[in-house]
Amino acid sequence: MTDLTSLTIAEAREGLASKSFTSLELTDAHLAAIEAARSLNAFVLETPDKARDMARAVDARIAKGEGGPLAGIPLGIKDLFATRDVRTTACSKILGNFVPPYESTVTSQLWRDGAVMLGKLNNDEFAMGSSNETSCFGPVVNPWRREGSNTALVPGGSSGGSASAVAALLCMGATATDTGGSIRQPAAFTATVGVKPTYGRCSRWGIVAFASSLDQAGPIARTTRDAAILMRSMAGHDPKDTTSVDRAVPDYEAAIGKSVKGMKIGIPKEYRLDGMPAEIEKLWTEGAAWLKAAGAELVEVSLPHTKYALPAYYIVAPAEASSNLARYDGVRYGLRVPGRNIGELYEGTRAEGFGDEVRRRVMIGTYVLSAGYYDAYYLRAQKVRTLIKKDFEDCFARGVNAILTPATPSAAFGVGEKGGADPVEMYLNDIFTVTVNMAGLPGIAVPAGKDAQGLPLGLQLIGRPFDEETLFSLGEVVEQAAGRFTPTRWW
Amino acid sequence: MNVSVKPGKLIKGQTGDWEVVIGMEVHAQVTSKSKLFSGASTEFGGEPNSHVSLVDAAMPGMLPVINEECVRQAVRTGLGLNAKINLRSVFDRKNYFYADSPQGYQISQYKSPIVGEGEVTVELDGGKTATIGIERLHLEQDAGKLLHDQSPTMSYVDLNRCGVALMEIVSKPDIRDAEQAKAYVTKLRSILRYLGTCDGDMEKGSLRADVNVSVRKPGGPLGTRCEIKNMNSINFIGQAIEYEARRQIEIIEDGGSIDQETRLFDPNKGETRSMRSKEEAHDYRYFPDPDLLPLEFTQAYIDELKAHLPELPDQKKARFIESLGLSPYDAGVLVAERESAVFYETVLAGLADKARDGKLAANWVINELFGRLNKEGHDITDSPVSAAQLAAIVGLIGEGTISGKIAKDLFEIVWTEGGDPRELVESRGMKQVTDLGAIEKVVDDIIAANPDKVAQAKARPQLAAWFVGQVMKQSGGKANPQAVNDLLKAKLGI
Repeated sequence: MTDLTSLTIAEAREGLASKSFTSLELTDAHLAAIEAARSLNAFVLETPDKARDMARAVDARIAKGEGGPLAGIPLGIKDLFATRDVRTTACSKILGNFVPPYESTVTSQLWRDGAVMLGKLNNDEFAMGSSNETSCFGPVVNPWRREGSNTALVPGGSSGGSASAVAALLCMGATATDTGGSIRQPAAFTATVGVKPTYGRCSRWGIVAFASSLDQAGPIARTTRDAAILMRSMAGHDPKDTTSVDRAVPDYEAAIGKSVKGMKIGIPKEYRLDGMPAEIEKLWTEGAAWLKAAGAELVEVSLPHTKYALPAYYIVAPAEASSNLARYDGVRYGLRVPGRNIGELYEGTRAEGFGDEVRRRVMIGTYVLSAGYYDAYYLRAQKVRTLIKKDFEDCFARGVNAILTPATPSAAFGVGEKGGADPVEMYLNDIFTVTVNMAGLPGIAVPAGKDAQGLPLGLQLIGRPFDEETLFSLGEVVEQAAGRFTPTRWW
Repeated sequence: MNVSVKPGKLIKGQTGDWEVVIGMEVHAQVTSKSKLFSGASTEFGGEPNSHVSLVDAAMPGMLPVINEECVRQAVRTGLGLNAKINLRSVFDRKNYFYADSPQGYQISQYKSPIVGEGEVTVELDGGKTATIGIERLHLEQDAGKLLHDQSPTMSYVDLNRCGVALMEIVSKPDIRDAEQAKAYVTKLRSILRYLGTCDGDMEKGSLRADVNVSVRKPGGPLGTRCEIKNMNSINFIGQAIEYEARRQIEIIEDGGSIDQETRLFDPNKGETRSMRSKEEAHDYRYFPDPDLLPLEFTQAYIDELKAHLPELPDQKKARFIESLGLSPYDAGVLVAERESAVFYETVLAGLADKARDGKLAANWVINELFGRLNKEGHDITDSPVSAAQLAAIVGLIGEGTISGKIAKDLFEIVWTEGGDPRELVESRGMKQVTDLGAIEKVVDDIIAANPDKVAQAKARPQLAAWFVGQVMKQSGGKANPQAVNDLLKAKLGI
């Protein structure tokens, strides 16, 4: 039955509908795969009993012809999503053994549609990181290795567990979140498809907050079609999240295979960085050529404020984070380090509970919001953000349907290889992705090729607000042209 | 808005007169069923932590959703304060760590409040008024409560109040003495209660004030201010201002200077004491709350709320003066408390002739009823004499069925025994005698029996009052005084 794990969601849907196998069989196959892949450290909590219970229940529903759009599909859930009665930690010591009595809106919609939960996936602590090395559960290992090397590589982050598990066939798809590239960068590092929807498309209710104005949930899957299937269940208006948008959810899957003829694809000249690896440059050119071959028109566009995006992001995101993370104080839930007074309790708990990167960002955020610095940093960054948004608006106003860029400036790197001495080295990973969060736009990362060492590389497509459908259509074109990439099993 | 500040009572120091400058921040709990950003109940007095939602407890991933009723109440309050309503306002986070604030920040409004400048006219002693400018009104979350008396080593937290909507109403520094300050809070409370936007219950903490006090030589530059936090009694506000002003004057006159600081009032000692200095003040790191969209509404929404505002104390007072001829003082007394005004208007509604008896009714409510209620420790809402009963008594006087004196007896009976005043007048024979024949007979008898008094009265007509008294005595107070007067005048030829 091991073959079952290599099916796509679309294929498994067929198999379940035609009763070729049951959800329980499909779930068991994945549970076995998870058990065999513990060295990847993708799952921080396996929930086999819950998975089998859910699978049995959905099998009964399928038998009655009542299965939903995701009936019987086993998924992994990033540990940032609150799952009722199932430990949710954001991979931080400070949440300890926190078990929420509530279910995030996004995951509850997945269960509503029949999906099965296999467990909780590793991520960078509070989603702060680009390599999944800041997790209190330790780093996730990428199922991809350089040719002829045993060096453990990172899967990217912060949704490293999601990307690694999907790539290694441990789950058919996974939830993820993206604040500055946390879905698209790990997708690119693992040859999976990752979608960062338009801000407001998915509810943030029940997702541990990192930077509220940038956070957005999205899927990681093995194909654009699978990502589209998951998106439809994850998206939707939620009255419990004021920033979610009341707008009908389209049938994203219908966009798969739709012609892209006549679409205008922008190639932003500012993304052509000095010292960009030739392989990335080549991949980008190739991707553009595939879209052109499919009938799209390529146009050079300018996004002049791109270079300010990363610095501005590292002001806005930490500022919001410093406030969002204030609630982890040892008083009501999670870790508590006792002290002689409330000040000591706070200090002890937060010093013990937060890792280095989280502490660094809380301090940066506190600093940029402080009296006397607010105008120089936070306010200025917000102005930059407005300009970045305007860059994109101007571009779309000229008839551009989507923008094509590389997803990352490099392929996956080794565990412990980056950011040790200078955190900015790590931050630069998000150089192509943060602009999309700053502007609130949808973006998709699609596998497009490999580098000289055999590691996957991805391309990013950026769309107009709420036009995820165009991204799925274009993503499918890239996927068809580039083919799919599967790591060779070594674990 | 141009507000002419009323000079206040100056304080005499060793170096001459000092003027006190006062500004206030009043925190008024919004009357609403649920909290500002959650569905939890706002009910007072529940078991600790029984009115707490996941949002109030700041559980991971929880998001605030604005309670539209609280917004409506804030706009209505702004309208009641004659203030500018901002069509767009923004919620900000005020960041600070304290165990009564689970989020680690309070959601408040900083740069763009929901309500801008307005003004309040306050009543002072001797029928004078002063106008106090309103700087702004904004919505914010209340904090929880720390319980320090539950354990010898720990403090407990009760989050029932956490997240309840507050309106912070900030005055301009237009207040000049303790009397004005007390009058301001009294008036503000009255307006809020008329609007039904805050119950004004200071004992329960529904209305609290932070009072900023500084002193200066009259007309001189503003002095350094101290803020007295969390005052929950109008009398204490007065005492605290008096104390604080004198404290500051003494320091300055002794060659010292005032440190800007936050102080607390100790009602037992009647003193203020330092709570924290400016250096210890928090840096709140305000920034717009990214979980909430700006509040935006149309002028039509505001106009609609404005059209349905209840009559407020100032309008009611003006109407009482104009249409019923009440004195400004009486009208002021009646409208000061919403319940009193409601009672009076219910009495009015029970009168057959409002134009004739409205003023009389006001006298009866203010003098007889309020006097008696105060004396016996009753509240207008649990008055033993109902508005309908009082209306009947006043009506009986107005139509001449009973005299004012008999009416007092009747009031006493109704107060202690209850009953329908009209029936009581009938059954107990309290009806005024207007039968001229019967009165005439009494008058004739008395005149016949007192020839010496008749002679005296003819010489000095004011002595006729003695005859009036005798007639009333004999008739048991029931004779119509006017008829008695007329008859006596005629018979005595005066």
